[in-house]
Amino acid sequence: MTTKNAWVAGLAMPVAIATLLLFVGSAKVTASNQPSAANAAVKIDNFTFGPQALTVPVGTTVTWTNSDDIPHTSVSTDGVFKSKVLDTDEKFSYKFDKAGIYPYYCTIHPKMTGTVVVQ
Amino acid sequence: MPDKKQDLIDQELQELNNDGVDRRGFLKCMAWAGTGLVWTLSGGIPVSRAFAKDHGKDAGKGGDFSFVQISDSHIGFNKPANPDVTATLQTAINKINAMPHSPDFIIHTGDLSQLSKPSEFDTLDQVLKGASSKQIFFVPGEHDMLSDNGQQFLERYGKGTKGTGWYSFDHKGVHFVGLVNVANLKAGGMGWLGHEQLEWLEDDLKGRTASTPIVLFAHIPLWTIYPDWGWGTDDSEQALSYVKRFGSVTVLNGHIHQIMQKIEGKVSFHTAMSTAFPQPAPGTAPSAGPMKVPADQLQQVLGITDVNYVVSGRSLAIVDSPLGA
Repeated sequence: MTTKNAWVAGLAMPVAIATLLLFVGSAKVTASNQPSAANAAVKIDNFTFGPQALTVPVGTTVTWTNSDDIPHTSVSTDGVFKSKVLDTDEKFSYKFDKAGIYPYYCTIHPKMTGTVVVQ
Repeated sequence: MPDKKQDLIDQELQELNNDGVDRRGFLKCMAWAGTGLVWTLSGGIPVSRAFAKDHGKDAGKGGDFSFVQISDSHIGFNKPANPDVTATLQTAINKINAMPHSPDFIIHTGDLSQLSKPSEFDTLDQVLKGASSKQIFFVPGEHDMLSDNGQQFLERYGKGTKGTGWYSFDHKGVHFVGLVNVANLKAGGMGWLGHEQLEWLEDDLKGRTASTPIVLFAHIPLWTIYPDWGWGTDDSEQALSYVKRFGSVTVLNGHIHQIMQKIEGKVSFHTAMSTAFPQPAPGTAPSAGPMKVPADQLQQVLGITDVNYVVSGRSLAIVDSPLGA
């Protein structure tokens, strides 16, 4: 190989890798209509947690937002997390660092129940 | 959903029809100062009777008297269903003050505040100060337990009560019991009385003659109205078994922001309107939340309940009056 060719050849590999990474990166961006590993949301409305069952990866921060016109709470039945009273538009977040099943409910209206499954 | 609602109506009619009293067969109804309906059941027979204010022959027993139940004032609530709940509470108090006979006392069946905030309790106290009846009895609603498991409620309104705020008192021969079914609620459950309170209740009722009229009052209904919305108390059956032997039992509740009634043997159940905002009938809306009505109709769906004890009568006469009547 001439020096020039070697130089081009040497460059080809990193360029190829860079291009590949670019593709992979953009693929990742396009595929993310689902919540990313970092954050997930639960909407509280009409005396319901939505979604009622939420599955997230370990390390996810789940944020509850109260869109109802009545205050609610989000409290783990096993004492793992406990929100303050959430009035309309108030939020509560909790980061799930351990895998497991986390049932919770609203302490004001206990018929309202939900589960976070952390895998 | 229509099927569910129809089933509920059928069930209610069934229960009403099985107690030997035909509501449609009432012979008389008496307008009460132009604002309501008075009916008394005496031994299962409807009787209309002039309310006697004089404490005549039964001076020993204390004679006829009346009291008023208000409920669910939700001071602090400010959404479209009622942007000014303080004003409607004031209207309710004005209405009580304008009654031809001043009630002996007022019972508030809970959800005094919206968020258990000190400012909300303060505002409530301000308004109640203007009531002609200076004696007011309270039981908490779930909205009064928010910041501190009801600690503040107990300090303000629970002096001399036990546990989470239960108590009893006697008035002119009638035995009143205030119960708390909004504490330590279990996930997925409805109202809850708890073992300690039930034991106290059994003990409290022991030794009282069966002819003593009993009034139980608590926030969440003590009978199952609509489990999907938490309208009931999981362990109330035990409580009701303790009052089974009495000749006259009246159960007064709030929480559902509408009037519902049921008679089961000698026990009359009654829920009150709210002074703040109405809620939908069971199953007629996605949830039990505040129901918006046209502004000019709001005063028709909020109200107070006037309860009359008539000495020779077996049961208490209950009169519901909308604020706008």
